[in-house]
Amino acid sequence: MTTIAPGLRDILLTGKAAEATRRKVKGRPVYEAVVMDAPPTGRIARFLNIATEVSGLAKVGPIRGHADTVQGVIRSPQTAVHFVTVLEEMPVQETLDGVAELRGLAPAGLQLGGIMVNMVRPLELTDDQLAAAGAGTLDVHDLALGLKAAGIEDSGPAGNLDLAGSLAVELSEHAREALAQRGQRELLAGVGQPCYELPLITDGMDLAGLYRLASALREQGAA
Amino acid sequence: MPPQDSASGTPGEVELRPNRLEVDRLLDDPRTRIIVCCGSGGVGKTTTAAALGLRAAERGRHVVVLTVDPARRLAQSMGLTSLDNTPRPVPLPDGPGEGGGSLHAMMLDMKRTFDEIVEAHSDPDRAAQILANPFYQSLSSSFAGTQEYMAMEKLGQLRRADEWDLIVVDTPPNRSALDFLDAPQRLSRFLDGRLIRLLTAPTRVSSRAYLKVVNAWVGMATGAVTKVLGTQLLRDVQTFVAALDTMFGGFRERAEDTYRLLQTPGTAFLVIATPEPDALREASYFVERLSQDRMPLAGLILNRVHPSPAARLSAARSLAAAEALQAAGGNGSPPSMPNDAAADTAEGQRHPLAVTALRLHAERMQLAAAERRLAQRFTAAHPGVPVARVPAQPEDVHDLAGLRQVGESFAAG
Repeated sequence: MTTIAPGLRDILLTGKAAEATRRKVKGRPVYEAVVMDAPPTGRIARFLNIATEVSGLAKVGPIRGHADTVQGVIRSPQTAVHFVTVLEEMPVQETLDGVAELRGLAPAGLQLGGIMVNMVRPLELTDDQLAAAGAGTLDVHDLALGLKAAGIEDSGPAGNLDLAGSLAVELSEHAREALAQRGQRELLAGVGQPCYELPLITDGMDLAGLYRLASALREQGAA
Repeated sequence: MPPQDSASGTPGEVELRPNRLEVDRLLDDPRTRIIVCCGSGGVGKTTTAAALGLRAAERGRHVVVLTVDPARRLAQSMGLTSLDNTPRPVPLPDGPGEGGGSLHAMMLDMKRTFDEIVEAHSDPDRAAQILANPFYQSLSSSFAGTQEYMAMEKLGQLRRADEWDLIVVDTPPNRSALDFLDAPQRLSRFLDGRLIRLLTAPTRVSSRAYLKVVNAWVGMATGAVTKVLGTQLLRDVQTFVAALDTMFGGFRERAEDTYRLLQTPGTAFLVIATPEPDALREASYFVERLSQDRMPLAGLILNRVHPSPAARLSAARSLAAAEALQAAGGNGSPPSMPNDAAADTAEGQRHPLAVTALRLHAERMQLAAAERRLAQRFTAAHPGVPVARVPAQPEDVHDLAGLRQVGESFAAG
């Protein structure tokens, strides 16, 4: 059914989340917090607003009642909308657009939360190394000597120089990536919402990985 | 020398090597008339489609690229910001070139495309009536399936125009790669279906129960962007349905025509993915579906891979070397005795760059190995599918120069 009626699925999702916040046992809320995953940014305003649109269709009846309740929860001060992104051009652009779109919506507002920057790779270079690597002026000879000191002897006519050259290529790619990401970070910081960073977890997501991400969020004061 | 995979896998492990996808051969073959780039969202489909188009044009073909959701900067650099829903010429960076090829590009405007269908199949008065109808307006811009249907429709139009000898098609970004094949039917089933025609059946429009049910269904099915009250919406739908009258059956027919076009020789599907579990799983579903529907699959383009130019140095050796260097204070000798402590700190790290380079290299090798394992799973399931690998670029591709670089990696990959 949801494949022919997309609006219906959105209503079911927002409705289910709203219901979860209102669930009580012996007068106390069952859940302290309800977190809902939402469709990709392009449709976010419509997704959050869908219940309003439908309630405009029927003046009375169960649909209207339901839609009003859901809107109440979505727009309450206890609900916040967070954005998740990565440090790449398109996701950052969509985040900026999404924030602008939500800020532009009805003043009886949707509370904007934070921006979660996901899959962040740590920068391994010092500022000097970063500058040299980005400019392609790394000292390859020095690097070759360092490899030798580490006990690496590359076979072949050029000795360690060839290997050092290849490692320098990797360093400079890392540097260029870091510089590009720095630019994206600045764009996000300019939005004016708190930003939080989550590390890249390379070996598949599992419960341990989730705990790591959760503690990263707690350390930064996001939760 | 092009980057290679490390040969230092687990002893006894047999590595399946997929055939290399010969992209240039596909592009150069005059029998290739349509290339469809499919895959889940976020794998670089639009960039790949544009890069294929540019490369084909520089190799002498007359190409048109149909994009769906290009990134802003790339769109600007290709002149895709014009809003007239027609292909516009893109000047090639080095001029027309010896092959004498050319490149056109356009961004799909789904609403415009829908309007064009209506105008082409109704007299001017009826068409105007339909286009002004609020129900039609929300349908043509927000119904799930409209974008995919219109992409197919536009492809059909471009092919019939016969002005280009190669059409490269980007497909809408969706979580499910299969939506491109399935979604158009949703729209045609909705418009050509019996349910919508029931709305024109004479009935007591003032019946509250009837209104509630119909309003809810119609509103939800279209994404309900209109704010009109119930009875007005129903009247809009009835007017729309009545005006559409002569077009009934046409939507399904058009979708079926384009579908058949996708099955003919001359069409090649390329599945685009990245070495990530979700993207490859979607790619896998798509490969199976193409086989079921007898649609020609040319191969898989695996974007954003991280091969290493120093693959002969394994992750383990690299990490061990970094640790040894760090522990030795950079001077190559083993950790010193306590009374050499002063000398030790004075030496400090003499090769900090080498330590960093070795650690980074170890990470890179581990990433490459993880990517290779994922790609292997795909090849094990689909051994006959040729693969081209495109290395990750540190920066996003946002101009023709970047597209050309991507094109060059097709040839090397």
